[in-house]
Amino acid sequence: MDKILISGNWACGEAAIRAGCRFYAGYPITPQNELTEYMAEHMPQAEGGTFIQAESEIAAVNMVLGASAAGARAMTSSSSPGISLKQEGISALAADELPAVIVNMMRGGPGLGNILPSQGDYFQATRGGGHGDYRTIVLAPSSVQELADLTMDAFDLSDAYRNPVLILGDGMTGQMMEPVVFGKPRPRRYSEKYVLKGAGEGRSRFVRALILDALRMEEHNWKLVRKYNVILQKEVRFETFRTGNAKLVIIAYGIAARIAKGAINRLRDSGYRVGLIRPITLWPFPAQIIRDTAERIGSFLVFEMSTGQMLEDVKLALEGRARVGFYGRPGGIVPTPAELAKAIVQEYQR
Amino acid sequence: MKKVFSRPRSLKNTPFHYCAGCGHSITHRLICDAVDQLGIRGITIGVPPAGCAVLAYNYFDVDMLEAPHGRGCAVATGIKRTLPDRVVFSYQGDGDLAAIGTAETFHAANRGENITVIFINNAVYGMTGGQMAPTTLLGMMSTTSPPGRSATLDGHPIRMSEVLARLEGTAYIERCAVNSPQNILRAGRAIRKAFRYQMDGAGFTMIEVLSQCPTNWKMTAAESCKWVDEVMAQAFPIGVIKDIRKGEKHAD
Repeated sequence: MDKILISGNWACGEAAIRAGCRFYAGYPITPQNELTEYMAEHMPQAEGGTFIQAESEIAAVNMVLGASAAGARAMTSSSSPGISLKQEGISALAADELPAVIVNMMRGGPGLGNILPSQGDYFQATRGGGHGDYRTIVLAPSSVQELADLTMDAFDLSDAYRNPVLILGDGMTGQMMEPVVFGKPRPRRYSEKYVLKGAGEGRSRFVRALILDALRMEEHNWKLVRKYNVILQKEVRFETFRTGNAKLVIIAYGIAARIAKGAINRLRDSGYRVGLIRPITLWPFPAQIIRDTAERIGSFLVFEMSTGQMLEDVKLALEGRARVGFYGRPGGIVPTPAELAKAIVQEYQR
Repeated sequence: MKKVFSRPRSLKNTPFHYCAGCGHSITHRLICDAVDQLGIRGITIGVPPAGCAVLAYNYFDVDMLEAPHGRGCAVATGIKRTLPDRVVFSYQGDGDLAAIGTAETFHAANRGENITVIFINNAVYGMTGGQMAPTTLLGMMSTTSPPGRSATLDGHPIRMSEVLARLEGTAYIERCAVNSPQNILRAGRAIRKAFRYQMDGAGFTMIEVLSQCPTNWKMTAAESCKWVDEVMAQAFPIGVIKDIRKGEKHAD
């Protein structure tokens, strides 16, 4: 297949359509507008494809809820403040056990913040985000190619577990242009029995999140947990980079991991033994590889474009087994590899 | 002996949980009658709201997808655009449709989404215990407007049917009531007509139902039926608000 130069937001839209996404609803917000615009242009050309510019993020995610229940592969996208608005619908999707893909190209926050790349929504993404006991699978691409690949995977994962899947990018992953080869989509495997399309001659069905009886509500919660436990066992993804003989391991995801790789290559050239663990799934979090690495390495440095959110998951994974340092630049600052290298050297020499 | 009256096929044989005298159960029945008469049970998908009718899926024997509070029209939009040949209706109360879900309702209507909304207006938040609704009448007491609704402090009751009728996307909007036999028959005809418009692809249709809530109005069932005529219908006049096919011949 041809290699093309394409922006992250466009690649995400194209990958979604190739993966069989046939319903997209969204609302304009920077830095993900190119994705909404791509869908506006290309979705109507896909057979049975629907694009709706919704009146709000809330309406968009609830349209996705309806489309998903009616059997469409459905997606919405936004950036941080808009994702906050979508939480009601994400909670409902998780409760209803409906598949959907939600893309968050994170920007600086809290509040309206700014429109620059940031990683401040880690807590929101990995802790469910909305109300109630639920989780979403969270995929964190660090290149446009990976964004395209993970977008396709996201639809399969959300079908397989009947659970919303979040793609957690940032303003930079969305807007930078890189060469991409689109993967081959897999045929959809999603049972018709979950689709509401009218009862026909048979029994009617309903999909709902309201369970007034406490014991039945509790059982629904435990049922979701059993599903989440399978996800925790089977779906963890991560990359290790130059950790072989490392003395210090950086832990970073998304675009921050790209910066970390640049810094690590630089430092390796100068003889520093540093490596990287890059979580690709933020939930389920790759705790085991971090614990295993701590068997031979006593020191970690978490690097995030936030004030330290994934840091807590790393500490939970390590349970005090190793030293954990932190370097963060929140608010839309994207540090250079040189800047990060300095911070790494400081940590290295402690 | 000839059977002249029975439970509609589309209505499950489940006792309603609604209070005595409530308009919900009558309206449920009317919707099911319409579904049966049009022979669309197998292709109808309903969207129940948050509120007293949140358990509507226990009564309607059609496929249903619960919407978060206020999002009925957005959820119905997603279903209808995915399955354009199905009959999709959203069932919403006044708080759901005209307060928390105003944006979703207004924009679905403006897009001319080919869905039908059954709008239960009982001038009060019923399930949560009688708080002020966007349709609470001026001077009407509620638990959150204890001295009575004040235009200065609380604003005026919203006439959503009239508001939506001004939008180009709406095809048919009628305000009905279910407080007397003739009003009930008329409401049934209106609901059937709305579904038929949807099946013809005419656009957004809405039937507003003035629905008695004796419990929160603190009246007997009989008093509440009378109050609909004497007070409520004065602020919310019953009748066809908009019909783009007015003057055309119908089977009805």
